[in-house]
Amino acid sequence: MILVSISDKMSMYTKKVMELFRNPKNMGEIEDADAVGEAGNPVCGDQMKLFLKTDDRRITDVKFQTYGCAAAIATSSIVTKKVKGKKIEEALKLTKDDILEDLGGLPEQKVHCSFLALEALEDALDDYK
Amino acid sequence: MKFKKIYMDHAATTPLRKEVKKAMEPYFSKKFGNASSLHTRGQEAKDALEESREKVARLLEVDPENLYFTSSGTESNNTILKGTAFKNAEKGLLSKSKGHIITSKIEHPCIMETCEWLKTQGFDVTYVPVDEDGVIKVDEYKKAFRRDTILASVMYANNEIGTIQPIKELAKIASEKNVPFHTDAVQAYGKIPLNLDNVNALTVSSHKLYGPKGVGLLYSDTEFTPLLHGGGHENGKRAGTENVAGIVGFAKASELAFKEMEREKKRQAKLRDELIDGLLEIDNSMLNGHETKRLPNNVNVSFEYIEGESLVLKLDDEGIEASTGSACSSHKLKPSHVLQAIGLSAEEAHGSLRLTLGKENNEEHVDYVLENTPEVVEELREMSPTKPKKEKKEKKEISDPCFD
Ligand SMILES: Cc1ncc(COP(=O)(O)O)c(C=O)c1O
Ligand SMILES: [Zn+2]
Repeated sequence: MILVSISDKMSMYTKKVMELFRNPKNMGEIEDADAVGEAGNPVCGDQMKLFLKTDDRRITDVKFQTYGCAAAIATSSIVTKKVKGKKIEEALKLTKDDILEDLGGLPEQKVHCSFLALEALEDALDDYK
Repeated sequence: MKFKKIYMDHAATTPLRKEVKKAMEPYFSKKFGNASSLHTRGQEAKDALEESREKVARLLEVDPENLYFTSSGTESNNTILKGTAFKNAEKGLLSKSKGHIITSKIEHPCIMETCEWLKTQGFDVTYVPVDEDGVIKVDEYKKAFRRDTILASVMYANNEIGTIQPIKELAKIASEKNVPFHTDAVQAYGKIPLNLDNVNALTVSSHKLYGPKGVGLLYSDTEFTPLLHGGGHENGKRAGTENVAGIVGFAKASELAFKEMEREKKRQAKLRDELIDGLLEIDNSMLNGHETKRLPNNVNVSFEYIEGESLVLKLDDEGIEASTGSACSSHKLKPSHVLQAIGLSAEEAHGSLRLTLGKENNEEHVDYVLENTPEVVEELREMSPTKPKKEKKEKKEISDPCFD
């Protein structure tokens, strides 16, 4: 395996991914969360934690913490953005393709890093199903 | 921002030096000849080629007849491994086995992958482990020799963690076993003095020392079958019209690197140690590689609770260009095989940062990196669900630099 230097990377991510990586939305913790979801990527080691506040089966607030690469951070950001204010039923309908589309795609070997956020969301919403 | 860009990725590649560019220039247009041509222009190219060979031979203190110019370090490594394997297979001396190669677990991919391929062709390979600092386990290396061993190949210094191997000792052992010894000196050549006693073959790459890309060198006093057959160039060992401009540039770059080696080695080692000391001030950090048996320009530190690719991208935003051995940054999604070989956990490898210095780096750059990195690490840790609730960890002490 080769050490990858930054110049290789830049062309790999879309502007959208880099923008979300640089300015992640909804990053942080909710102390009195109604639901918490966790996911870990056994392949590369990325980890994510998602915090939700709900009211009448609607997601009123959402925050995330991510230990991972730019792809993992950007997808965490976009997933939280997409589910904030949504009904839980709607949030559960979110697919991997929706996320990838919103990011303008990801390099193939990075796609697995993007599943983390959805898995954490599903984990958090498990009790509401 | 004080600096537009601070390049600290010299183990990846280096810019072309002004003096090197100037030396190369005539050979692109005015002196464009083919070194195989009989006319004056051809002979002009031939002279430049042979002068370059002699120049490099003098620096290495070897016979110029044993120097072969190639297209890269990758080609030189492929040539010696496959070429030795093919040579032995041709001889057909080894009845049951086609041949056995000894190497280490922390070689560059162009050695590892070539060995893996040779295995598919019926050759056998032993990958000797390294200790936690990345130094090869000499007793295991010694035990790895067999009657059918055809080559031992251990890198002079590692590209990721900078650890320098006991080449003198390893080459002597191979020689006692009557096995040719090769070393990949791509990261060491021009940076530290090389001891080539009992070394039969050596790989160098031009673009790591301010020379042009696409030029490599193979020194070999041992027989190998060529990979490229054709017009008999390079003493019949590597066909293809010679890249005269590139070779002239490589020779010039080598000359300058050797001239400045003593001074640059000391200067960069000082900057290196300042960087290491400064970065280890950050909580939950650790040094990868040996503290003293280390290339003067290599810094490799792991930060817990953060991922290397994020770190490298954030540092790039601050104008600092660096590398990582994180799994996320690799195509195979595996942490660096070198970091694994020195026993790092997946998490520790995940947060690795490599900074490699060059001649244009200075104290100001080091200060800038040390000012900015802690904030970036902190920012990413803020984001991380795995970060601990405020605790302190002991720091490793770094002793004085030493260059054995
Ligand atoms: C130790 C080592 N060997 C071989 C190579 C390959 O050299 P080149 O880039 O010239 O193919 C490199 C460079 O990445 C290296 O660091
Ligand atoms: Zn990842």
